[in-house]
Amino acid sequence: MAEILMEAKDLKKHFPVRKGFFMREVGSVKAVDGVDITVRKGETLGLVGESGCGKSTLGRTLIRLYEPTAGTINFRGGNFLDLGGKQLREQRRNVQMIFQDPYASLDPRMTVGQILEQPYEIHNLFTPTERLAKVQNLLKLVGLKPSHVNRYPHEFSGGQRQRISIARAIALEPDLIICDEPVSALDVSIQAQILNLLKDLQQKLNLTYIFISHDLSVIEHFCDRVAVMYLGKIVELAERDTLFRDPKHPYTQALLASIPRFGEGRRDMKRVLTGEIPSPLNPPSGCPFHPRCPHKMDICPTKMPALIGTTEQQKVACWLYE
Amino acid sequence: MSTPGNLNSTQATLEVRNLETTFFLKSGPFKAVNDISYSIQRGKTLGIVGESGCGKSVTSFSVMRLIEGPGKITGGQVILNGRDLLKLPEDQMEDVRGGEMAMIFQEPMTALNPVLTIGHQIDEQIIRHRKVSKAEARNRTIEMLQLVGIPSPMERAQNYTHQLSGGMRQRAMIAMALSCNPVMLIADEPTTALDVTIQAQILELIQKLQVQFNMAVQFITHDLGVISEVADRVMVMYGGQKCEEGDSTQIFSNPHHPYTVALIESRPRFGNRVERLKTIEGTVPAPHELPPGCPFFNRCPRGTEECRMLKPPVVEFAPGHTANCFHPVV
Repeated sequence: MAEILMEAKDLKKHFPVRKGFFMREVGSVKAVDGVDITVRKGETLGLVGESGCGKSTLGRTLIRLYEPTAGTINFRGGNFLDLGGKQLREQRRNVQMIFQDPYASLDPRMTVGQILEQPYEIHNLFTPTERLAKVQNLLKLVGLKPSHVNRYPHEFSGGQRQRISIARAIALEPDLIICDEPVSALDVSIQAQILNLLKDLQQKLNLTYIFISHDLSVIEHFCDRVAVMYLGKIVELAERDTLFRDPKHPYTQALLASIPRFGEGRRDMKRVLTGEIPSPLNPPSGCPFHPRCPHKMDICPTKMPALIGTTEQQKVACWLYE
Repeated sequence: MSTPGNLNSTQATLEVRNLETTFFLKSGPFKAVNDISYSIQRGKTLGIVGESGCGKSVTSFSVMRLIEGPGKITGGQVILNGRDLLKLPEDQMEDVRGGEMAMIFQEPMTALNPVLTIGHQIDEQIIRHRKVSKAEARNRTIEMLQLVGIPSPMERAQNYTHQLSGGMRQRAMIAMALSCNPVMLIADEPTTALDVTIQAQILELIQKLQVQFNMAVQFITHDLGVISEVADRVMVMYGGQKCEEGDSTQIFSNPHHPYTVALIESRPRFGNRVERLKTIEGTVPAPHELPPGCPFFNRCPRGTEECRMLKPPVVEFAPGHTANCFHPVV
């Protein structure tokens, strides 16, 4: 088994909800609620789920963009949560992030050169001439031209801007990159270019990805292992092929049945899930999926099942398999 | 209720002939819709698919005559049940919109007013198009809300849009669109902003109502999966022009236009995993960079000089399956 790069245990991220004149805390959104997850070196771990399931929050909490409410994170052999100041900054070089919206994640007033030099400035690396050479090399790596350094983000198309974001993320040669819906805002033909680029860079630079997406076709194409989330919890975690061939959790099954497939003509949609995603502010008791679950049992509303392995390759949190 | 036009079975509900919509930009005029023709029969769905900027939405807005400056419909005919909508005076066109022909959008908030209750807005539309009292209109509203699967419709009619979830808003918008029994529904990316499980519900609802109302549907999306699920016929657009048109099964199993082929191959195909996706090199050209001939020329692996300069011919491969291309994939 591959070396473990990051391991989180019982990770929680709750956001307080405040109301009234005194902004008293009246409750909390349990965006991530007790997640155990390991990330292996060199793999792509997919996080999939519908809006509000906590996939983005989990990604951000894992790299301490959000401070976790509870739990532990072990990264590169040390406790990631204990770090502060200089040590934290040093360790953060090793984790980077790519966002969905390449329009919002690049400063419109900075040239591409300035954007890509910034990581080096922050970490006090290299002389100005060395930096320029580094930046030009980065641009080549992501399929842009070195002469683009003096241009501004608005001069690029969406796909090219995403390439700039990727160049920025790999500038410091990180171990782990969180890709948060990196192709969701792009056209189909451009998505393929970016996915191929990410794959090439992973091989070339020995990167580990946590790949967040709501698009199951993209997840199936891109990820080695997949964690399915529902209302702050991982309900199923498995090797890609196992998960897509033999999904165990009723939610995973419903999710896979909902994907429109092309080339199969018109299809009856009998396995459409009824009901809506409940508010994370007030999630259902026990297993949060129970109000929509076709296999609901008496125990489901009372207690959340643990994420346990049905096989070596597959873990599922469902009373059907306890 | 009015039953306009002649309703013999062979006549298409909507027939668009050589439609052309031009945007007069500083950089020069640009044909966002360039000589597009298609027809949709009653009870059938035409899917229009393409990437951003291909003209699929402008086509729909042109059919509804909702194009505003700097854009203008500069040619063609839009025939709904035998009447050319482009020749109607604006007040008669207003009767058509929301009456015979309705439209639903990706973002319900663009179609629904946030400061009026859902019920009020649907009532208003019914009263605008039908000679009914307020009470009758409200009954119809409640009936419609129930039909689209909104629970406790009496109470929901008194809600404002922000009190509904994304899926429920979409349902409310569909209720409003169908409240006057349109014969033609234009759906512009109606499920793009929704989660997959909710998307599946809404697609199912649209198909159920299509049968119930016996409507022709023009369904616009960039999602090949959605299109193959809902459409009987598919039109692929690029750079304002039609690339290929055919039955859904023909298009997906036997595509002939190089763009259709590339589009299908560049999309990760669920349950059909490949290690590496095929890509379409380059990006969609800006309006002023479009070549005089085929708009796909600069990204096409088969492009030749004639493609750049001349409008591609329409080649028929099977009855009803055509591609506009000099060098189609066969």
